[in-house]
Amino acid sequence: MFAFITRRLLLLPVILIGVTLLIFLMTQLVGPSVRVSIYITNPNVFKGGQGAIQKLEHKYGLDKPIWVQYANWLDRLVHGNLGWSASARMPVAQALGKYLPATAELALYTIWPVVFLGIWMGFISGVHQDQWIDQVTRIIAITGWSLPIFVLGLVLLMVFYGLFGWFPPGRLSLWASQIVNSASFHNYTGLHTIDAILNGNWRILLDALRHLVLPVLTLSYASWALILRIMRSSMLETLRQDYVTTARAKGLPEKVVLKKHARRNALIPVATISGLMVVGLLGGTVLTETIFDIHGLGRFAAQAAVQFDLPAILGFALFYGFIMVFANLIVDVSYGLIDPRVRFE
Amino acid sequence: MKKKKIRSRTVHKLLTNPLSFIGIVLISFFIVIAVIAPWITKPEYANRYIIPRDGYSSTPQPPSVSHPLGTTEGQYDIFYGIVWGTRTAFRIGLLVVAGIVLIGVTLGAIAGYYGGIVDEIIMRLTDIFLTFPFLVAAMVMVVLLGRGLNHVMIALVVFGWMGYARMIRGDVLAIKEIDYVAAARALGASDLRIIFRHVLPNAIYPVFVMSTMDIGSMVLTAAALSFLGLGSQVGYADWGQMISFARNWILGTDANPFAYWYTVIYPGLAIVLFVLGWNLVGDAFRDILDPRMRGSR
Repeated sequence: MFAFITRRLLLLPVILIGVTLLIFLMTQLVGPSVRVSIYITNPNVFKGGQGAIQKLEHKYGLDKPIWVQYANWLDRLVHGNLGWSASARMPVAQALGKYLPATAELALYTIWPVVFLGIWMGFISGVHQDQWIDQVTRIIAITGWSLPIFVLGLVLLMVFYGLFGWFPPGRLSLWASQIVNSASFHNYTGLHTIDAILNGNWRILLDALRHLVLPVLTLSYASWALILRIMRSSMLETLRQDYVTTARAKGLPEKVVLKKHARRNALIPVATISGLMVVGLLGGTVLTETIFDIHGLGRFAAQAAVQFDLPAILGFALFYGFIMVFANLIVDVSYGLIDPRVRFE
Repeated sequence: MKKKKIRSRTVHKLLTNPLSFIGIVLISFFIVIAVIAPWITKPEYANRYIIPRDGYSSTPQPPSVSHPLGTTEGQYDIFYGIVWGTRTAFRIGLLVVAGIVLIGVTLGAIAGYYGGIVDEIIMRLTDIFLTFPFLVAAMVMVVLLGRGLNHVMIALVVFGWMGYARMIRGDVLAIKEIDYVAAARALGASDLRIIFRHVLPNAIYPVFVMSTMDIGSMVLTAAALSFLGLGSQVGYADWGQMISFARNWILGTDANPFAYWYTVIYPGLAIVLFVLGWNLVGDAFRDILDPRMRGSR
């Protein structure tokens, strides 16, 4: 176990260097006069025109060899300097901090239905293989992968906002955001639902939840279908193991065999994949937040991309990349804890 | 002889399983649409992928005789866009998947066959490419390359190959220890010959399954990038872009909340059915080809 975690930790810097190097090499696709925008911390320096840009290229060492450039850039990253975001009109690092709570809130409420419903339905379809319930979940799962997030989101808005008016886009209604932005309301976390509870304001809580229903549904549908299928096949594989036959042969009730013997073991691969899947949801936030007008990281990135706000989009990618790296680490280590066999490898 | 048997049994099962049969029907339908596109529409421009416009008003027009599926924002004909968008979808799906299979299988085979430091480097490279959410990575790449359909395809290839590399590596590791590969090596076969003649043919079925499903998911991601405004030029027949045209019109009017339903539903249906077709076939493929699942039904 110790060796396993040590190897994993030793690899961490390699991966982090690799991730930053990949992003850095990708920026080489554009010329130095464009790349210089990554280094700017104050938009006014651009006002000097072409001559000023050349001076900046020299100042930030863009005429030096590529490895020197990489080292310089890395040094700035380590110091939290990600450049100036033209689309958000603030430093990229500050913008990431500002938009993080909305995305964190969306992710928080998406993860639970995905993992628990997925595992539960997958268990049921595995036990009832090829019966009608299995066929139904199979169809739901396959349509889940085939349904683009942006089509699902728009259709949901059309019906539940356009027709019924139940679930509006955005994060809060106008009256609620006025309260949230007022001095009497303390924003502890930036997650409106949690802040509302901490402030004891139930109307705000209800309003925030009302705005979360559609985006959560949209974002979770595809991932939920995937976990369901993985749980199902893991269940099928476990049910064919000898120890399950043994458990049945010694006369244990079927309920105990399924829940105690089979399900616990079937959960092992699902646990790893759920961890990664949940992180994989991050990609979907770009589309979901754009459709539902949630001012989070994903929408910030989408707007930055369209407006060619290079520092913002790179900062965003690095941020998501780093979250993924650390999430992978946690998943791997906890996998070692759940499944004793991994420790002896 | 044995191979032929496997093949004919696979085809038989694909045609008798109701779900995969629907998938095959859907894919065939889109192939027909793509082939007959010039005969069922009237192209107006030299570049036939540019959708003809009927005026410049922004408000969509409902289906009529001259526009069977209506027009979307900017008076682009929806029927024309869907028909020619089918060709765009096939081009994206087939080219991107060909690219990622080629890169992934090559790297995976090299890593698995040679092992050691080569394996370590290739697999760490795979990890690094897998670090970014696919859509995010592709987005960054397209921003750096500049918007456009070809750049979208390049971005999807650059960040799409890792699954194949991992899978093929694992298969090659398992297969190269089997006796017949050792026998081939003892007979003096070269590395390349062993990889291509003896190892890869035995590891190729899972690639088949994965690539079938990837055709759908690549079209989906390309459409997502177009939806965000990073895809093809404005007016190009492309399903994702047609959905982004529809974005401002999902609310309809006070009297009729669904007044502009056709702007979302038709292009949306095109994407869903196209991707669904490939997923249904891929899902059935997996059940048929995965030997571990064979005894279970």
